[in-house]
Amino acid sequence: MDQDMTLLSELLVSVFLIVGGIFGLVGSFGLLKLKQTMQRLHAPTKATTLGVGGALIASMLYFLMIEGSVSFHELLITLFLFLTAPITANFIAKTFMQGDVPENELPQTGREFGWAVYDDPPSEEDEEK
Amino acid sequence: MLKRLFPHPLLSVTLTIVWLMLVNKVTSGNLALGILLGIVIPVMTAPYWPNRPKLRAPLMAAEYALVVLWDIIVANIVVAGIVMFKRNADIHSQWVVVPLELTSPEAITVLAGTITMTPGTVSATLSADGGSLLVHCLHTDDPDGIRDDIKTRYERRLKEIFR
Amino acid sequence: MITYALIFAFACFGFGLLATLWRLLAGPTAADRILALDTMVINFIALLILYGIWRGTAIYFEASMLIAMVGFVSTVAFCRFILRGDIIE
Repeated sequence: MDQDMTLLSELLVSVFLIVGGIFGLVGSFGLLKLKQTMQRLHAPTKATTLGVGGALIASMLYFLMIEGSVSFHELLITLFLFLTAPITANFIAKTFMQGDVPENELPQTGREFGWAVYDDPPSEEDEEK
Repeated sequence: MLKRLFPHPLLSVTLTIVWLMLVNKVTSGNLALGILLGIVIPVMTAPYWPNRPKLRAPLMAAEYALVVLWDIIVANIVVAGIVMFKRNADIHSQWVVVPLELTSPEAITVLAGTITMTPGTVSATLSADGGSLLVHCLHTDDPDGIRDDIKTRYERRLKEIFR
Repeated sequence: MITYALIFAFACFGFGLLATLWRLLAGPTAADRILALDTMVINFIALLILYGIWRGTAIYFEASMLIAMVGFVSTVAFCRFILRGDIIE
């Protein structure tokens, strides 16, 4: 019985490790393979986050089930990475657009104002009009 | 008075919990220090957050979190498939414009973050007046479908949460 | 069994680190390099956690958390510097 549990937990940890590793690999491979910068932005923001997530879950399960100690740090790191990944992706996209994408390559906003990277936000005088 | 002491009650609770998780040991001393941090930090940073964002439906928020978590996993598999098994010439990337009905900055931030984490899309920028969102799509032949998907799946829920 | 899975994961993230290094050197735009650095930090966090499992100690979690925070702040600082020419306005 006890041995079955150990086997089961080892299996679970291994599965998470392998899944995490594969996703991490795919994310970094996408960085190499894809041809446009905006395309390259997709691979790391998604795949790598899940890759690290897999490794962190594996680590949590390992310390919980095999070492018998509870650790919240992995949870915090996962949460932190999930919260910051969109922000860094957004910043990098803006940086790229400002330097290398001319405004006329983008679709229209469908509003009175252009995209925020090229156009200033409406001032208070505009709003009074 | 109470409002000046606790400008953001939810933030105070979150800070206390995060502190306890950081030290990784729940003792009365750690709890006291966590509560102290939970009171001091919101008061000190109150000038940066003048208004309190209104969270109407906590149950809806939980449902939204689950939907997003599921979509993140699905999106990861889809993106991994595209990256590994499609030739570069076959990947049709497109810009998609999503007109927004949300107005509060918090709701738009959550929506933009969700779009970045989920189905093969990255939100790039807002229009200058905050009325529409520019989204880059890794591979699609149906940009209108993507836009409708974002609007019905995420924006509809967020509109109810941040009403 | 865990040992083999760990070795596999080490190899994956190690290759990822090499891939990001190549992207960091090749560019071609500044945004690409920042993206490569950001991914490199994430890969490194994963490697550090795997090393923690390998050694069976929880001592590396604080380190990886700090690296995650510093990595995020530095990515934002790089981007701001290129966007505005200034980090703190």
